Amino acid sequence: MTATPTHCPYCALQCGMTLTPGDGPPAVAPREDVPANRGGLCQKGWTAADLLTVPDRLTAPLMRPRRDAPLEPCTWDEALDRIAAEAAALRAAHGPDAVAVFGGGGLTNEKAYQLGKFARIGLGTSQIDYNGRFCMSSAAAASLRAFGMDRGLPGPITDLGRSDAVLLVGGNPAETMPPFMRHLSDMRDRGGALIVVDPRRTATARVADLHLRPLPGTDLALANGLLHLAIAEGLVDEAYIASRTSGFEAVRMAVNGYWPGRVERITGVPEPHLREAVRLLAGGERAHILTGRGGEQHANGVDTVSAFVNLALALGLPGREGSGYGCITGQGNGQGGREHGQKADQLPGYRRIDDPGARAHVAAVWGVDPAVLPGPGRSAYELLDALGTPDGPKALLLFGSNPVVSAPRAAAVADRLDALDLLVVADFVPSETARRADVVLPTTQWAEESGTMTNLEGRVLRRRRAVAAPDGVRTDLEIISALAGRLAAPGKWSTDPAEVFEELRAASAGGPADYAGITYGRIEREGGVFWPCPSEDHPGTPRPYLDRFPTPDGRARFVPVEHRGPAEDVDAAYPVYLTTGRVLAQYQSGAQTRRVAALAEAAPAPFVELHPDLAERLGIADGADVRLSSRRGSATVRARLTGDIRDDTVFVPFHWAGEGSANLLTNPALDPVSRMPEFKVCAVRLEPAGPAGEDAS
Amino acid sequence: MKDGLEREPMKAGAVAGRIVVVGNGMAGSRLVTAIRDRDRDVPLTVFGAEAEQPYNRVLLSNVLAGVAEPGSIGLVDPAWYEANGVDARLGVEVVAIDRERKIVRAADGSETPYGTLVLATGSTAFVPPVPGTRDGKDGGLPDGAIAFRTMDDCRAIVAAAEGARTAVVVGGGLLGIEAARGLVGRGLDVTVVHMAGHLMERQLDPGAGRVLARTLRRLGIDADLDATVTALEVADGRVRGVRLAEGTREADVVVMACGVRPDVALARDAGLTVERGVVVDATLTSVNDPDVRALGECSQHDGTVYGLVAPAWEQAEILADLLTGADPDARFTGARQITRLKATGVDLVSMGETHHGDDDPEVEVVRFTDAGRGTYKKVAIRDDRVVGAILLGETGTAGTLTMLYDRAAPLPSDRLGLLFPGVGAATEADSPVRMPDAATVCQCNNVSKGRIRACWEDGARTVEEVCARTRASTGCGGCRDTVEGIVGWLADQDAVPTG
Repeated sequence: MTATPTHCPYCALQCGMTLTPGDGPPAVAPREDVPANRGGLCQKGWTAADLLTVPDRLTAPLMRPRRDAPLEPCTWDEALDRIAAEAAALRAAHGPDAVAVFGGGGLTNEKAYQLGKFARIGLGTSQIDYNGRFCMSSAAAASLRAFGMDRGLPGPITDLGRSDAVLLVGGNPAETMPPFMRHLSDMRDRGGALIVVDPRRTATARVADLHLRPLPGTDLALANGLLHLAIAEGLVDEAYIASRTSGFEAVRMAVNGYWPGRVERITGVPEPHLREAVRLLAGGERAHILTGRGGEQHANGVDTVSAFVNLALALGLPGREGSGYGCITGQGNGQGGREHGQKADQLPGYRRIDDPGARAHVAAVWGVDPAVLPGPGRSAYELLDALGTPDGPKALLLFGSNPVVSAPRAAAVADRLDALDLLVVADFVPSETARRADVVLPTTQWAEESGTMTNLEGRVLRRRRAVAAPDGVRTDLEIISALAGRLAAPGKWSTDPAEVFEELRAASAGGPADYAGITYGRIEREGGVFWPCPSEDHPGTPRPYLDRFPTPDGRARFVPVEHRGPAEDVDAAYPVYLTTGRVLAQYQSGAQTRRVAALAEAAPAPFVELHPDLAERLGIADGADVRLSSRRGSATVRARLTGDIRDDTVFVPFHWAGEGSANLLTNPALDPVSRMPEFKVCAVRLEPAGPAGEDAS
Repeated sequence: MKDGLEREPMKAGAVAGRIVVVGNGMAGSRLVTAIRDRDRDVPLTVFGAEAEQPYNRVLLSNVLAGVAEPGSIGLVDPAWYEANGVDARLGVEVVAIDRERKIVRAADGSETPYGTLVLATGSTAFVPPVPGTRDGKDGGLPDGAIAFRTMDDCRAIVAAAEGARTAVVVGGGLLGIEAARGLVGRGLDVTVVHMAGHLMERQLDPGAGRVLARTLRRLGIDADLDATVTALEVADGRVRGVRLAEGTREADVVVMACGVRPDVALARDAGLTVERGVVVDATLTSVNDPDVRALGECSQHDGTVYGLVAPAWEQAEILADLLTGADPDARFTGARQITRLKATGVDLVSMGETHHGDDDPEVEVVRFTDAGRGTYKKVAIRDDRVVGAILLGETGTAGTLTMLYDRAAPLPSDRLGLLFPGVGAATEADSPVRMPDAATVCQCNNVSKGRIRACWEDGARTVEEVCARTRASTGCGGCRDTVEGIVGWLADQDAVPTG
């Protein structure tokens, strides 16, 4: 049997793996030729093929005749006809924005592109956004305003291994993308220093040379404090600031208010640690500052990232080979998924939908009048929150996402979905969201389809079909094409990923995320191509910014930012901070990984991590059931006692549905720029649940 | 709670008319920017007696020490005022308040009407009324003697230090010690003359004061304690030293750091209730005029005049919330004060009640002294809460302590961890022998020690074989050493004859 080289279905590291069909699921083997994982895989990757044989795989469309009737198998024509008819009727009755689309950061570039196009000219709706809004949108916005462009890492991932210091803010790659740690190990083996910022002593923090443990929601003050010290100790790169940036004076002024004593008081990070961090970062030739969701998923997430970008700029890192600022993208195609038009305010190529030039270019590729393109729509949470309301969409077509588990204040989101006239979910398993749908469309998955993914480096990769799909399922492209046909949408609606990619190349040409010079053949020959790549004779751009930044004046921009604190602080009624995140053996909403036996065994159920001191005060024993309550809801999970967390903060992973779902608690306060919800901090109360709790009270 | 989705500004409680802020120091400038953050439109005037742009007074010690430039510690760009529609009268002193007509009169003769008047006049350096302090050419301090308070003072000290050999700092409080540290860094012989029996007696207990004096001595700063300056020695309008009970101490430069007095003359002349500061309630409103507010060092709340920046900034945020209606329920309920010395080579944090001994049964005192290394640590605990602390010499737990003190949070069971960072967090080495079979060796692939042992027992004899079979170390690679250790240990076990 031949081995098909492809990539892991899960996170943005997109580890290279081969799939070799045999009896049962194909055999997985790590690829040595992919720099991101260099022969490594985590348990999720090793067991990825088990996804192909999950017992409750959807293989026929499902439909419920009425809201209160169960989902029952139907034919594809019945399902598609109903969707097209109801969508058309709703559009006729309420206007084109009556039908909304929700996408995902796991979709291939081809699907994300086609979905955005379908929304704009198939349905004519402005109401499209995607779950990437919950992922790295804050980093994206901050990068755009500083550099004029948003690409995850500033260079090939192997640059990290040659760095002298990496400051990792709110990221836990040892659990979320373990092979990433190989690059940090390389760095440390060469004498480089890893500095981790995290309120928890995570698996990543445990191997750090310096661990800063700020109070949740105070990362911005920490960053401003580090910059304050860098200035005070004469460690900033004045020549770089003068020649390659603008706006430093305003930032210097702003960080004058962040002297170490004040920052220590806001963040709880002792001044010697602040000084040590600055010394390590400024001490070497090369350094990186990286942010993850911990710094980004806040109501001030964009400003927080800007604060760290300011620090990177002051130290002269961005645009210097082997140094820079980067965002650790989360979802498999979190990078490509945000570039090609499934975001409410964007057209393919990372173009702005309110830019007349961008509209004209894309409309020409699509063969329509620019005037028919809708304007910007609602952002993800605002879109979900508007569903079924008098002014909101009446129907939702959802691809590659499970917001009933992954959205903040999830119970309210479920209510909004139930208020729709029509909910359509395309997925390959009956996710919690799919189970609420009126129509469920069974799709192919990962190893059954081909296309391209853009990993956290900004490197475009090939996902290849390794096995045949089961009978009865269709690809997302086939579904979109069939619906476009029924809705008499203008333009071409190919079902061949290669053809769609050709169209994507043309649509992205000249945009910030320019894929015009990237071909499937080049990706295969060159082991991936970095965008921007404007022509076929262009080598791609592993390290942007070396000569100039893609801003009007070619300079990177400093942005002064101020600490605001969490949108919801603790008080007498809700006295403990809750932060949410991930565990190694699960991925995102868990719709996939909870169905893989080995992963379910490794991480079977949600839990709350709390400090033994806090547990003692609350009368909570290790392993006992704990009820957590916030102003938005309650969740019941097992207690897991650990000294690795602050005693004013608890942690709950968000991969599970039902009564242990972390997002029943989270606060949908949104960042004013990125519209990112504040997943990473809210105020909760804890109490023992069940009979044990009653005994204790 | 701010919901983020309901971000319409609530103007219901906003004040009517122009807001006039008198004083553009740390408190006033913070208030002005905080108001504009919340309300782009409310008419706003600010008077600043110093022509300088507002600067961060906390950083003056850095300027004195030569680690910051005078021009680099600004807080608000002068261009900001115009860009944000703020009528800024910098270098214009307010000379009178007419509460009847609701206007303020300035030294330039202008009259400015207000709807709400905010006093942020701060405080001025206190100069003890001893002979010599009025013997300068203009009837003030003589040349070479400077009261340390403002940027101008700082510049004057730096200038006076040029070519000078000796300096006396009068006052061994926070500011005096910071000034002494700055001067010794500029190559002067420095003596701190202090009235009390130990340095920083408001923030430190005698033990900490002694350790601090020892640390300063090592840096080249002598402390003359229980010493009262009875006069400045002056000749030809220039200071020559200070006179003490036991004689004269000569000095080329004398820095007066004898504390500050709230600047309340305007308020008093306007008939407002003034004790040590302008008396205000929890909304920072004068107790006898609802249209007059006060904050920062010129104000007095619940009997306390706060002399630090943190409470002033907190008051600025609260007052901005109230004046713009952003949060009509905002109240100032008092602040906890934490002092941090900013002097190179001396790490010092002090908070709350630091003078407790072991005689109070209600108070538990945890203490550590290593005077030789300049370390003194003390935490006072009442009702399982930190009520005071001193960290001198090594401040690694300051972050933890300030949080616990600020929030009156219950203490961790690990009291050692309050004094020594990392003691509570020590981890055991991953010894293959001690590790239980259930312990996870490879997190990435969820491989336990037991599985590695089983794999060995199943015939795998090399690390490579074990890793290939169990997938251990194939994720992040971080457990490779541990796997090697376990395989090596298993090999040793096998080699031991079992009889």
